[in-house]
Amino acid sequence: MRDGTIVVAGASLAGLHGAEALRRGGFAGRLILVGDEPHRPYDRPPLSKHVLTGEVDAGATTLPGVGTLDAEWRLGVPAAGLDRAGRALLLADGTRLPFDRLLIATGARARPWPQADEARLSGVHTLRGRDDAAALAAGLAARPGRVLILGAGFIGGEVASSIRALGLPVTVVDPEPAPLARALGRVLGGFMAGRMEASGVDLRPGARVARLEGDGAGRVRAAHLADGGTIEADLVVVALGAVRNTAWLAGSGLSADEGGLSCDGACRALDEAGRPDEAIFAAGDVARFPHPLYGGRPVALEHWGNAVAQGAHAARAMLDGPEAAGAYAELPAFWSSQFGLNIKSLGLTEEADAVAIVQGDPRTGRFLAVYGREGRTIAAVAVNAGRWLPAYEAPIRDGAPFPPITGGADQPSPAPVPPGLPSAQAA
Amino acid sequence: MRVVVDLNRCQAYAQCCYAAPERFVLQGDEILAYDPAPPAAERAAIDRAVQACPVRAIRVEHDGPAERAA
Repeated sequence: MRDGTIVVAGASLAGLHGAEALRRGGFAGRLILVGDEPHRPYDRPPLSKHVLTGEVDAGATTLPGVGTLDAEWRLGVPAAGLDRAGRALLLADGTRLPFDRLLIATGARARPWPQADEARLSGVHTLRGRDDAAALAAGLAARPGRVLILGAGFIGGEVASSIRALGLPVTVVDPEPAPLARALGRVLGGFMAGRMEASGVDLRPGARVARLEGDGAGRVRAAHLADGGTIEADLVVVALGAVRNTAWLAGSGLSADEGGLSCDGACRALDEAGRPDEAIFAAGDVARFPHPLYGGRPVALEHWGNAVAQGAHAARAMLDGPEAAGAYAELPAFWSSQFGLNIKSLGLTEEADAVAIVQGDPRTGRFLAVYGREGRTIAAVAVNAGRWLPAYEAPIRDGAPFPPITGGADQPSPAPVPPGLPSAQAA
Repeated sequence: MRVVVDLNRCQAYAQCCYAAPERFVLQGDEILAYDPAPPAAERAAIDRAVQACPVRAIRVEHDGPAERAA
């Protein structure tokens, strides 16, 4: 298909890269990008890092490609519904956009604090978009007496790092026993805990906030812990992960929930019976797809690289058909920077039953950890050792014996230990 | 001008930091900080950075005529 109308629902990284790949692939028809925010596609990773430290303006991260893309933009209007039988996307302002192909790239949003009245208190923030980052940066510029971060995942850690760089007191609360434990396990999480505390973070692992308390003016002033303690804070960042933007698909007959919109390896959206819709595709954070490297397990990845690669894959499948595109099998990869550490990951650590430090040493702050499952290599994480990571791509793709490298000069006999991942504990 | 660096691909070779030291900085051992919206006057330096990157991680889009006028 090279003509007709393609609508892209979602004007962020995946939508932009999908649209660019469509044009690159020779699509000459009408191309419409719909975005709920008024902004053209912008880059999000700096929002929790250099935007909060004031080194980069929140409005400065508009992505290259937006200037030359030959497309119509419908910005500031969210997708509100889908008429599958009539092949039309419905917008919140009542507009009906007929399509021959639809790419759903509506992404995810920050999971809100569950008590809505407490979430509305002034000084309680979430961080997902450019406007969130600008509001949070303004709150930090007022020099709060203490910032409380709920959640010690990657966003919570990056925000804590930025706030310490500003010299502000910060407390981080997470129910897990170590930061990043859900993603990297307690072994690496324990290393991160040491780094965070050495940077002056008041870290409260194994703790749960039960209630946020406001003052008479409706401004947050404290958090009450489930075990009875209280943390006084005049700025709170809720960093409890993300939920996928699929509510607008309710009633469409597609298989979608807070965990994503299910699609097949060619990025075709699946209906509730598991059948692919030939005209509707998904990419980026919202897309839950079977990953061939992990036994076809459905995964939805909130990764920058996934948005780029999957947007392009969906475009190929739209233009040339699902067989030509093949099954999407991009090796998951992401990075995070916090507390002076560059953390880079390949593969998926979930379901690992062992981890081994195979190069470097956590005591030097530079090391590489490999994750295994049932004697096979499934993931690798480099800490300030990015150049060592590419060597592990092939072992992860091939499911090489774990650990894949032994006899290294600095780690002559790697000693695998349980990684301390929550899912592994439950299994 | 709009700049983005694929930080999965970046290996901290720091060639961009030599080519355009006002716009690319390494923090710590290998955290790259960069200006995503450099002024048009820096065009030559940014183009040198793109060319110097050994892993081709930097993408730049120069402003169109309308944006330059704005």
